Amino acid sequence: MKEREVIIIGGGAAGLAAAVACYEKGIKDILIIERESHLGGILNQCIHDGFGLEKFKRILTGPEYAQQYIDQVMEKKIPFLLNSMVINLTSQKELLVVNREGLHSFHAKVIILALGCRERTRGAISIPGARPAGIYTAGVVQNLINLKNYMIGKRIIVLGSGDIGLIMARRLTLEGAEVLMVAEKLPYSSGLPRNLNQCLYDFDIPLLLNHTVVDIRGNGCLSGVTIAQLGKRGGIVPGSKRKISCDTLLLSVGLIPENELSRQAGIILDARTGGPEVDERGQTNIPGIFTCGNSLQVHDLVDNASLEAEYIIEGVVDYLRGKLKTKEEIKVSLGEGLRYVVPQRLVNHKDTIFSFRVIQPGKNKNLVFEDDKRMIKKKFLSRVNPAEMIRIKLTSQELKSIKSIKVRLK
Amino acid sequence: MKATNNHYDVVIIGGGVVGCAIARELSKYKVKIAVLEKEADVGWGISCRNSGVVHAGFNYKPGTLRAQLCVEGNKSFAKLCQELDVPYKKIGKVVVAQKKEEIRELKKLKAQGEKNKVDGLQIIDTAELKKLEPNVKGVAALYSPETAITSPYLLTIALAENALRNGVSFFLNTEVKSIAKLRNSDFRINTNQGEFISSYVINSAGLYSDRVAHMVEKDKYRIYPCRGEYYVLDKNASWLVNRLVYPVPQAGSGGLGVHITPTVDGNILLGPSNEYIKQKDNLSTTSQTMKMLSTEAQKFLPLISSRDIIRSYSGIRAKQAPSSEGGYWDFVIEESNSVNNFINLIGIESPGLASSQAIAKKIVGIINKKEKLSPNSNFNPLRKGILRFSEQDEETKKTLIKQDPDYGEIVCRCEQVTKKEILEAINNPLGAKSLISIKYRSRAMMGRCQGGYCLTRIIDILRNEFGLTLEEINLKGDNSYLFIGYRSDEVNKL
Repeated sequence: MKEREVIIIGGGAAGLAAAVACYEKGIKDILIIERESHLGGILNQCIHDGFGLEKFKRILTGPEYAQQYIDQVMEKKIPFLLNSMVINLTSQKELLVVNREGLHSFHAKVIILALGCRERTRGAISIPGARPAGIYTAGVVQNLINLKNYMIGKRIIVLGSGDIGLIMARRLTLEGAEVLMVAEKLPYSSGLPRNLNQCLYDFDIPLLLNHTVVDIRGNGCLSGVTIAQLGKRGGIVPGSKRKISCDTLLLSVGLIPENELSRQAGIILDARTGGPEVDERGQTNIPGIFTCGNSLQVHDLVDNASLEAEYIIEGVVDYLRGKLKTKEEIKVSLGEGLRYVVPQRLVNHKDTIFSFRVIQPGKNKNLVFEDDKRMIKKKFLSRVNPAEMIRIKLTSQELKSIKSIKVRLK
Repeated sequence: MKATNNHYDVVIIGGGVVGCAIARELSKYKVKIAVLEKEADVGWGISCRNSGVVHAGFNYKPGTLRAQLCVEGNKSFAKLCQELDVPYKKIGKVVVAQKKEEIRELKKLKAQGEKNKVDGLQIIDTAELKKLEPNVKGVAALYSPETAITSPYLLTIALAENALRNGVSFFLNTEVKSIAKLRNSDFRINTNQGEFISSYVINSAGLYSDRVAHMVEKDKYRIYPCRGEYYVLDKNASWLVNRLVYPVPQAGSGGLGVHITPTVDGNILLGPSNEYIKQKDNLSTTSQTMKMLSTEAQKFLPLISSRDIIRSYSGIRAKQAPSSEGGYWDFVIEESNSVNNFINLIGIESPGLASSQAIAKKIVGIINKKEKLSPNSNFNPLRKGILRFSEQDEETKKTLIKQDPDYGEIVCRCEQVTKKEILEAINNPLGAKSLISIKYRSRAMMGRCQGGYCLTRIIDILRNEFGLTLEEINLKGDNSYLFIGYRSDEVNKL
């Protein structure tokens, strides 16, 4: 069994940022394990721009953004394995890697899970109807078009207004396909406002809110779908069903943090985020296993996935140097108006960035942190949107001597 | 029996589990056999769309073919699966009574089963049920230890591959259009792929067996399609049950009720529903039925969560009983009275999978009686399936990768299917290259991400290692292509 100080599983936006940050803090015995033939993760197929504004103050494409980190990894000579998949992870921080050279066992003092996320499928949301060719998740189409140069159809309907769906609506339009509409079952978009503007409105692609696909037709290839409007209680509005012919249905109906290895290792997951329950520096319930990026919580900006990875390294360093003081654990409880909060618990009361998503859009809200009846912090938000993650920092001063913490939207 | 060129002794119409079992059983004799299948692979009709249960045989009326062939089939199933390297697990089944009144039905089923010579049936109380199935709610149950599960599509594929190896010819994408009886009493079978001449025709066309029978004998049979929808649950939910869990069947119903079926791969199926439909190819799922499935399953398995659903699909039963009547008619397995050497298999619905081997033996018996078949001394009953990397221990995995590095490349992350397995799946002896064919053989694309990760990789392998053109890549046969061409820049370059 080979021994490493830190093993990072996943060489995407989060994993690379974690590796570079570790190195810069003086931890140099690192190994990145990546299952693809290139570092960079899903960024490699994101050839549109809009990345890097937060982190690098520049507008970059996905591959360019990844390259910023890859260059640093190369320069620092941080070791990495490509075409290598971790197939087993234990709570003892042992892992088994498979690649064309064989099976390799590793043990590390710290394991950082930067596993990314996967797309929710048709099956998971139970869209009724036939099962012809021509139904894809948006990310798969992004791969087929951008990396393989294959064209999948001419008349396209996008279900779900997730960011990848919006970006692919524009991409397919630019490739000469007709994107008939983006249907979203919620009364608001789940994509970022800037993507609505740049990908739909600029190309006159209609966004139909409160609409979904209720039937799929076609024996061999997709021949059409039925769209219906949804009422306030989620039922179909009578008379609103509409048959539309199309050859492709693109799904952009949500991302799920990838955590199969976490499950194997016995890491406790939060049903709300789909990622592990963590403390304020991304440490899971298993000491020495940390997580960040989209396997912790789905981010809307890649910059934030990288920043989160850099942020948890402080915890990794403290853990390795035995300085991770665990005080009495305080659960972060979730009040009204919020879908989730990360971290789920506090153990050492340092400066802490809390991440949230709200349940529904709203205006003039206050995000309130309370210790029983006492207000710890209040933050006014003129506009909230479930598509946009809210990140708020509380200082160690503010968190000092709290007995409990609850956060809610007022 | 003797034959020349495109002349066959026996033509089997339909490459489902029954047609393939007949082909294999007949290949034990010196007979020239062809199987005609209209789809791009075997087993795409009823055979790949059922619960995969090897029934013990207590559900069927004593004295019927269904009872007799099911019990007989069940008893030889383990050996069959061993010969063909097909997964088989004798996990047992509980039929669960929700109310005291249903216990009487359980006793009836038990008595019926015993009459059919089903072994080991027991009525168990709540406490014993809890011990067997801690998560299942019920007041009592009928426990059947002989009920087993298999992979219905892998069995069909294995039967076909073994038959092929023993000299049977398979013609895929071959749809029978008409059948004529020639003067010398042979049959001329016209298909979209040309003509076949044969002494015997075995009509094993499943849902379309009425249509095929009609080609030689007008309006004798009618098949009513009756759809059953299923949910597939994530492997993470497999801890919920250890055995097959069924409700007490409702009188007059043409199905066994919504049940919970563990699969040999570790998923759970919920279903099927029971709904007569108009079109035999309408494999749609519907929102009402999908809701019903969850509600019904939750009655005896309250912990089931819709979060665990990864897919839904449907299968269609080939029923002889019209919807006005419901229930079941017995299998029809007989030579036509008016057309010599034309053998019909009509209404082979459940327990068709469990009975398949016994049905095949019966068909061979019918022919043998007339022809005195001579044994094929070269017959080899054994067939090897694709070795599953993920199921091997660490040492074996190491050895495999050393022997062939393609075992070290994981293509499907959810099911941990390696490139080697994908290559073997594509290289299958029948020559089926659709994505669904690869999926059934390798399990790639069957996991929780439903091909999100591996689809593009499998397409790469088809293109790079097998030289398939873009047009040749399809989901399930010629009419289900994936690509309309290259994207614009690439077209300009060409």
